[in-house]
Amino acid sequence: MTVESTAARKPRRSAGTKSTAGKTTTARKSPSADPELVQLLTPEGKRVKNAEYDKYVAGITPEELRGLYRDMVLTRRFDAEATSLQRQGELGLWASLLGQEAAQIGSGRATREDDYVFPTYREHGVAWCRGVDPTNLLGMFRGVNNGGWDPNSNNFQLYTIVIGSQTLHATGYAMGIAKDGADSAVIAYFGDGASSQGDVAESFTFSAVYNAPVVFFCQNNQWAISEPTEKQTRVPLYQRAQGFGFPGVRVDGNDVLACLAVTKWALERARSGEGPTLVEAYTYRMGAHTTSDDPTRYRGDEERQAWEAKDPILRLRRYLEASNHADEGFFAELEAESEALGKRVREAVRAMPDPDHFAIFENVYADGHALVDEERAQFAAYQASFADVEGGH
Amino acid sequence: MAETVTFKSMALAKAINESLRRALDSDPKVLIMGEDVGKLGGVFRVTDGLQKDFGESRVIDTPLAESGIVGTAIGLALRGYRPVVEIQFDGFVFPAYDQIVTQLAKMHARSLGKVKLPVVVRIPYGGGIGAVEHHSESPEALFAHVAGLKIVSPSNASDAYWMMQQAIQSDDPVIFFEPKRRYWDKGEVNTEAIPGPLHKAKVVREGTDLTLAAYGPMVKLCQEVADAAAEEGRNLEVLDLRSVSPLDFDSIQASVEKTRRLVVVHEAPVFFGSGAEIAARITERCFYHLEAPVLRVGGYHAPYPPARLEEEYLPGLDRVLDAVDRALAY
Repeated sequence: MTVESTAARKPRRSAGTKSTAGKTTTARKSPSADPELVQLLTPEGKRVKNAEYDKYVAGITPEELRGLYRDMVLTRRFDAEATSLQRQGELGLWASLLGQEAAQIGSGRATREDDYVFPTYREHGVAWCRGVDPTNLLGMFRGVNNGGWDPNSNNFQLYTIVIGSQTLHATGYAMGIAKDGADSAVIAYFGDGASSQGDVAESFTFSAVYNAPVVFFCQNNQWAISEPTEKQTRVPLYQRAQGFGFPGVRVDGNDVLACLAVTKWALERARSGEGPTLVEAYTYRMGAHTTSDDPTRYRGDEERQAWEAKDPILRLRRYLEASNHADEGFFAELEAESEALGKRVREAVRAMPDPDHFAIFENVYADGHALVDEERAQFAAYQASFADVEGGH
Repeated sequence: MAETVTFKSMALAKAINESLRRALDSDPKVLIMGEDVGKLGGVFRVTDGLQKDFGESRVIDTPLAESGIVGTAIGLALRGYRPVVEIQFDGFVFPAYDQIVTQLAKMHARSLGKVKLPVVVRIPYGGGIGAVEHHSESPEALFAHVAGLKIVSPSNASDAYWMMQQAIQSDDPVIFFEPKRRYWDKGEVNTEAIPGPLHKAKVVREGTDLTLAAYGPMVKLCQEVADAAAEEGRNLEVLDLRSVSPLDFDSIQASVEKTRRLVVVHEAPVFFGSGAEIAARITERCFYHLEAPVLRVGGYHAPYPPARLEEEYLPGLDRVLDAVDRALAY
C-alpha cells in the first residue's frame, strides 16, 4: 500500500493521527486541544473546570493529591528499577509502563476494595494501587513463576499475556457480581492493540446484553509494539462503545485527576445497575514495548518529545506547587522513599531463588492426574540416577 | 428437590438432562450456559425444561460467540460459580479454543494453585447422523494434548448421568464429549448408585483373545464387533475407556497382559489420535506380552467427508473386524 492511499483512508474524526518514523508530526493534534478529551489538569498544571466530571473529584484533599503524586513517582521508580534489573540480566524481560502512570494510578485509585481488576501485563501502577507488592510482579519476568500472587488477596487477577482474553473473564466475573446482587464492580484493562481482538468485541457484546457491572479501561498508548493505532481502527476507540449500546469516553490519560474522575463515574454507573462503560485513556508509551523492543525502527523521537511535555507526573507537581499543596520537604521525603523502594526491589529480585525442579509438575491439576504423577515419578528417577553416578565415583 | 429414582430407563440425552437438573438442584452455584440452551432446550434438547424450572439467571441463553461463552464462564468460575457450558457442535468449538487452551487449562498452574476453574465444556461430537460439514467431528485429541484439561466421553446413559455429576464436582476443567449419535440410545440409570472413579476404564465385555479399546460412540460398535467375532469363535474383550485424559493405562495394560492383542477404535483421525498414544504406551508397558502390534481403526487424514460418504470414513463393523483379523494373524 502506498503512503498516499494510507493517508486517504485516515479517519477524519480521529484525534490520534500520528506520524511514522521519518515523517513530521505537524499533522498530530494535541490531545488537550481535542474537545472530545476529558481533561481536568492541563500539561502546565492548571486546573480546568469540567461540568460533568468535576463532582467526582470535588472533595479531593491536598493529602489525597499528594498521595496520587506519590503513587505515580513510586510506580515510575519501581518501573525504572525493573528496566535496570533486566539490563543487568536479573529479569528476562520487562514491560515498562513509563508515561502511563496517570492512567493507571487515576483509574486504580478509583476502585474500591471489593472491586475486581483484570489487568494486562503492564498494569504495574494498578497493581500498586491494589496493594500487590511490586516485587511479586517480577517473578514472571524473572522466570521463576508465571504469576506470583493470589488474585483473591487483592482482587487483582494475574497478568494476562495473550491480549484481550481478560476482558471476557472480567465480563464473566461482573455477570457473577450481578447474580450475587452485590454492588461491586469490575475493571478490565486492555490497550489499543487488544481492541482489535475478537474477545474484546465479544466482551462488549456479553457485557451489554447482560448489563454487567464492568468498566473497560483502554489505555490507548498509541503503539501496539510497532503498529500505530491507525492500524487498529478507523474511528476513535471510545466511539466503539456506541455500537454496542453503552457509553464511551476519551480521557486525557496523562491527567491523573481526569482519569480518577472518569473512572469513578464509570464505576458508579456499574454499581448502580447502568451496565458497562468504555473509557479510552489517551496516553503514550514513552518507552519500548518491552525491553526486547527497539522503537527507533518505527517511530521518531520528535513524537516522544511532544508527549514528554505532557508528562503526567510533572503536571501534577506543577499543580501541587502552584496551589501550595506540597512543600520541598514532601518532595525530598518522597525522593528518599523512592530510592528505598528501588533498593528493596533490587534486593528482593536478586534474592529470588530458582524454583524447585519438581515445580514443573505442581498445580497442573487441582484434583491430580495419573499421567502427571507418572511423569513426575519418571523425572524423579531420572534425577536420582545422577545421584547414583555421583555416589559411584 | 428432584426425586431419586432407582433403575430408570432413559435415553443418553435424557440422562445428561437429568444429571444437569440434579446439579442445578443441589448446588446454587451451578450454571448452564450456551447457545439456545434456554427456551429451546438446546438443539438436541439436552437442556430441555431446565430454564423453565431454574430461571434465566441460571440457565443462560448466550450470544452466539463461543470464545465469549468460555471466556465469561472462566470469569464466573473466578467469582465462585460452576458453569456448565454447551458448545452446540464439535466443529464450532474452535473460536473458543484459545480461551480453553490458553486460559482455562493454564490458570490453575499460573496462579500456583490459588485459582480453580471448575468449568465443564459440553461438546456433542462425532458423526453418523448425516449432518452437514462441521457437525460430525471428533476433536478430542486436540484437547488431550493440553495439560490442565480433563477429557471424558461416556458411551451409555448410566455413565452419561454419573460422569456429568462427577465432571461438575471436579475442581478441574473438564471437556465432556457427548456421543451425539448415541443420544437416543436408551439404558438403565441407577440414580442412587455410588459411581466408580471418573477416569477409570470399564471392561464391558470379558474376553481372552484380543482387547478392543474404545470410548464414546465406538463402544457400542466394539460390542457389536465382539458379538460378530464370537460367531467365528473369537472371544474379544471390550474396554470402555470413558476418559481420554487421563487415560487409564493400568486397565488397558491389565487387559492386554491377558489377551496379548490390542485394537484401538475411535472416530477421530488415526494420525496423532488417542490410539497413537495408547499404542506407544502399551508397547512400552506390555512389550513382552504383545503377540501383535497395536492396531488402530479410525478416521482418515482428510476433512470429515460429506454425509453420503461418512459410512466409508467412520470405523464400521467390517473395518474393525478386518483389524481384528490382522492382529490375530500374527
